[in-house]
Amino acid sequence: MSSLSERPANPVVGHPIPHEAADLHVTGRALYTDDLVGRTKDCLHAWPVQAPHAHAAVTRVDTSPALDVEGVVRVLTADDVLGVNDAGVKHDEPLFPTEAMFYGHAIVWVLGETLEAARLGAAAIEIDYEPLPSLMTAREAIAAEAFQGAQPHMERGDIDRGLQDAAHVFHGEFEFKGQEHFYLETHCALAMVDENGQIFVQSSTQHPSETQEIVAHVLGLHSHEVTVQCLRMGGGFGGKEMQPHGLAAIAALGSVLTGRPVRLRLNRTLDMSMTGKRHGFHTQWRVGFDADGSLVALDATLTADGGWSLDLSEPVLARAVCHIDNAYWIPNVRVNGRIARTNKTSQTAFRGFGGPQGMLVIEDILGRCAPLLGKDPADLRRQNLYGPDQTTPYGQPVRQWDRLERAWEQVVTDGDITRRQQEVARFNATHADSKRGLALTPVKFGISFNLTAFNQGGALVLVYKDGSVLINHGGTEMGQGLHTKMLQVAATALGVPLTTVRLAPTRTDKVPNTSATAASSGADLNGGAIKNACEQIKERLTQVGSQHFGVSPADIRFEDGVVSAIGSRAEPMLWADLTQRAYFQRVQLSAAGYYRTEGLHWDSSIMQGEPFKYFANGVAATEVEVDGFTGAYRTRRVDIVHDVGESLSPLVDIGQIEGGFVQGAGWMTLEELVWDESDRPTRGKLATQAASTYKLPSFSEMPEVFNVALLQQAHEEGAVYGSKAVGEPPLMLAFSVREALRQAAAAFGAPGGSVELGLPATPEAVFWAIEDARSGRTDGGVERGSRAQQHVPDQPGPDAHPMHPRSEELASEPAKA
Amino acid sequence: MTNSPSQSPQITVNGTRRSLARTPSYLSLLDYLRGQGLTGAKEGCAEGECGACSVLVSRPDGAGSSWVAVNACLPPAVGYDGQEIVTAEGLGGSDGLHPVQEEMAHRGGSQCGYCTPGFVCSMAAEYYRADRAPTAHGADSATSSTTVAMDTGAETATDHEHGPNGFDLHALSGNLCRCTGYRPIRDAAYALGRPSAQDPLAHRRNEPAPEAVPTRVTDGMHEFVRPSTLHEAMTLLGDDRETRLVAGSTDWGVAANLLMARSPVLVAIDRLPELRELHEGPDHVEIGAALTLSEIERRLDGRVPLLAELFPQFASRLIRNGATLGGNLGTGSPIGDSPPVLLALESQLVLASTRGERVVPLADYFTGYRQTIRDSDELIKAVRIPLPLAASAAFHKIAKRRFDDISSVAVAFAVDIEDGVVRRARIGLGGVAATPLRAYETEAALEGRPWTLQTAQAAARVLGATGTPMDDHRASSRYRAAMLRTALLKFHSQTATQEVDA
Repeated sequence: MSSLSERPANPVVGHPIPHEAADLHVTGRALYTDDLVGRTKDCLHAWPVQAPHAHAAVTRVDTSPALDVEGVVRVLTADDVLGVNDAGVKHDEPLFPTEAMFYGHAIVWVLGETLEAARLGAAAIEIDYEPLPSLMTAREAIAAEAFQGAQPHMERGDIDRGLQDAAHVFHGEFEFKGQEHFYLETHCALAMVDENGQIFVQSSTQHPSETQEIVAHVLGLHSHEVTVQCLRMGGGFGGKEMQPHGLAAIAALGSVLTGRPVRLRLNRTLDMSMTGKRHGFHTQWRVGFDADGSLVALDATLTADGGWSLDLSEPVLARAVCHIDNAYWIPNVRVNGRIARTNKTSQTAFRGFGGPQGMLVIEDILGRCAPLLGKDPADLRRQNLYGPDQTTPYGQPVRQWDRLERAWEQVVTDGDITRRQQEVARFNATHADSKRGLALTPVKFGISFNLTAFNQGGALVLVYKDGSVLINHGGTEMGQGLHTKMLQVAATALGVPLTTVRLAPTRTDKVPNTSATAASSGADLNGGAIKNACEQIKERLTQVGSQHFGVSPADIRFEDGVVSAIGSRAEPMLWADLTQRAYFQRVQLSAAGYYRTEGLHWDSSIMQGEPFKYFANGVAATEVEVDGFTGAYRTRRVDIVHDVGESLSPLVDIGQIEGGFVQGAGWMTLEELVWDESDRPTRGKLATQAASTYKLPSFSEMPEVFNVALLQQAHEEGAVYGSKAVGEPPLMLAFSVREALRQAAAAFGAPGGSVELGLPATPEAVFWAIEDARSGRTDGGVERGSRAQQHVPDQPGPDAHPMHPRSEELASEPAKA
Repeated sequence: MTNSPSQSPQITVNGTRRSLARTPSYLSLLDYLRGQGLTGAKEGCAEGECGACSVLVSRPDGAGSSWVAVNACLPPAVGYDGQEIVTAEGLGGSDGLHPVQEEMAHRGGSQCGYCTPGFVCSMAAEYYRADRAPTAHGADSATSSTTVAMDTGAETATDHEHGPNGFDLHALSGNLCRCTGYRPIRDAAYALGRPSAQDPLAHRRNEPAPEAVPTRVTDGMHEFVRPSTLHEAMTLLGDDRETRLVAGSTDWGVAANLLMARSPVLVAIDRLPELRELHEGPDHVEIGAALTLSEIERRLDGRVPLLAELFPQFASRLIRNGATLGGNLGTGSPIGDSPPVLLALESQLVLASTRGERVVPLADYFTGYRQTIRDSDELIKAVRIPLPLAASAAFHKIAKRRFDDISSVAVAFAVDIEDGVVRRARIGLGGVAATPLRAYETEAALEGRPWTLQTAQAAARVLGATGTPMDDHRASSRYRAAMLRTALLKFHSQTATQEVDA
């Protein structure tokens, strides 16, 4: 057992404790960025002018009418930018654009004494546009060959030979929509100029260090002149990884130019119409199975719909390519990826970060092909799970293949699957107007940022003379319970009660150069860093204790706030007495901690290596019932077994699994981004840009019976206190909902039929699948045999360039002054 | 009510009086509270969909009062002149958690915490519901039931939607959480006991709710008036200004927040006694236009089964606590959920103005997209439902989500079947034309024929060709037409099943 993963006796980690801020949440006293406005004097409010075109050149801007509106203080335009007019890190996102790239693109911003004044001012501004041709879908972009960024290519084995030798070959396409984050708290930033020109920005951001960098470059300042703080977020889900930066920069710019605090808060309409979402994908595939139904070859081309700029589309696509295998061994693989440039919001990170999109492709293939192979879908999935000594298509060994198998068997046993499959069959045989489906799907999800450089974390731990402990770390709290876990890690590492430790808000002037709290890595990276800082302090205190007790340092024990010495007759001493003593002996009681994930190597130009520290594993079984008259359905029961390693905080982890599942189920079944693809003047407008039209899961979508178990005997050798990351992987457990719906819909037709099912599988989509089943259109929308062979997915054009291993590139770049 | 409008409007928040002076009529209760430095109520959507802004308001209930949860983002703050509200901060704080807060906190009911204060308020309203009582069969269904039979007909609550403590999960139908997946919130709700005798908010229910205070406030451009009499309201409606009537403000509030709709005069009619009567006579039931849907639901207590089927599917509990039939009909929307039901019930509207009253059939009321025969100086005073009611009735709402969604198609049936023959059929439709419709041709295709599958299939083809359904983000026109067709088949299957069951 490594020192990183080893737990001391009676650790504070592992206890199921509520969220550290739960009492503040329930009483309404927890502060979010916009709650600070009431405590800020003379605050100005910002509101944008949004372009009413999918794509248009801005030919004239007249801001003067806004200044005639009472209460309007200033209009911010490109001319006001003090540094670089860019909201991103790839220099393709002008903060104040001269070309509207999507419907709702913010062109200029108005600052008002009140929100009402800013909104009226924005309405008064005159902008002329010259409409330009626009692309609204990945299909349109493919036809126009409008791509952006790198085109990753991953290959193993011999795809042609594999398909030739396969007993069954199928071809199909699959196009699916993205997902809106719909964090309950919309984007918000509050900026002010502090003492001595210091810019202080409070932002609802998952990536304070990058928000700081962007604010600095827009203002023409250095990073040390800008401090970004994030108290907490009302949800992030990846939507606040890149998207907050430009908004924070607008607020900061306004504050510098007016000398007053500026609040920029997007309301829901602005948030949905301006900020990026999960990427929808267009995919083409050929797949080969042997006579028994084992996968032998997969040839696929994934086209991510990136929207108007690159944002995080390249790493999202890389992760999609790396997750197309999900939990299945496929000997011969060829996957090409590319990013469509369309006139939509710039799509971005969202829980799973491309992984779900890749995994969806294989799950959709298996769901459609199983009946065509004469197989029960659950059996087909089970037989293709990774086994011993197998590696992923990018060359990483699947060391914990046995955990997938264990999780599967436990779901089958605890979920009473065999009996319930019979029950479903009986129900379907006796009900003409409603049918049930029961599906099992696995999850194997790689943990670590694909970009190796991001896999580092920092912390600052301060111990005061009275023994009280204050911890800071680089991660942000968005509801995932990171702070709760970090308090538990610190208390465990120092051997003190949880109440001894307090956590201070995330700030860039405490811990610099942090990575985004993303990729499920928050607890791994920051936990490693906090543990490291605590151990530095404990080592010094051990010396003090050793002198006091007159024993070897190896015999000093810290437990529950008491310090004792093995084999000493001296009375144990209180932690606080030891820290007091240490102070007087001039021993440093604070430490900066650091952690970096060891053992990663990755070459994205050839898409080979070991980019992940480990995989998180899980299996879900979902039973649904579908109404044949309408396509409406209910989720009757869900059973999940999921691998979180040895849990740091079980209540938090269960919450992540349940919440991730329901969020995934929302994407699978309900949440629908509908963009106006017509040629009307509203072309490009998001038709579902409100809670009333974009429907999140509510209580009515919660599974009626919801059983979640953590996989036991799951110690993770390579991570803090034996735990595993949990934020993203459970989302993909919800694929079982869609597959169950597919099976229920197919049950309306003759046995053995396969149906295509839209995504999201809304009642309407399910109804059409039922109609297909009833009318005998049950080929699953796939072609088979030699016809399938001929459908070679699009291959990269001559201009395509591979991914760059950006971490290496940066390392060789000379430092900027 | 007194006749002199309030000169210094004020509101009681968590027991403390706060001034509403100089509050513009477009400022929502939520924005007012946040402007006062109260951080518990949050804005998540500004259109009454997410419930992050939920607060409790004291409302009349018999001789006493009850705590009712409403969306603070929709009503104008000045409409709460004289009223008493409680926010999450007022339920508990640093000196101790409220039982609802306790359960939510310790069971993992909060993750990011942003929706939490709203959930707490909605949950507290149900906690304090006077007639909440443990259910006979609820005890084991909450946590362990595996085979709750799905009622493929009515979208009404099944057992897992009620806790052993009598908690109705529909109380939380207007609250969205993006983090938890809801299970811990449900467990918190189902773990609640009964309020203790010392609980001040429980005790408060024994006292009457504050009366509505006549109010007249203006910022120079936007006037808010709460008249003290119906006559005063009708007089205001008759003057030349562009006057907007609001009751729960569940429609107007959305326009004000998201579209920046502003009205020179807002007239609040939700507490006018003349509009809040419910009368059950021998020939008809008359429902005051300003009663909230929740009030109607409780007072009718299932005596109009079609309405009882409608209410749980109409928006959310938070919205039903503010929304009125007058409002749902007044907007003239083709996708309101009450018109199909009221059409099937052959309802009539009582329209009133200073010129007098007239009674019109609802079937003649809608004239075009959001257009009606109501004159600009008229308001809807009441809805009349003729008696006796049809023996068989059903309301089919087609939507993406079961709780709190807008229908793409809504179909209401009220049918009398005697000796296996359809004697009378009334069918109301929503979502398939510019106005709500009566399906006259389908009714004719049913009446006088035996209630067989063949009859239903033939009539379903007629129904499927009714209206001019359109494509939009809710559904395709093809699906809408299909849903009209299958609605009748489903209704047949439901009524056929009922006969077998009986």
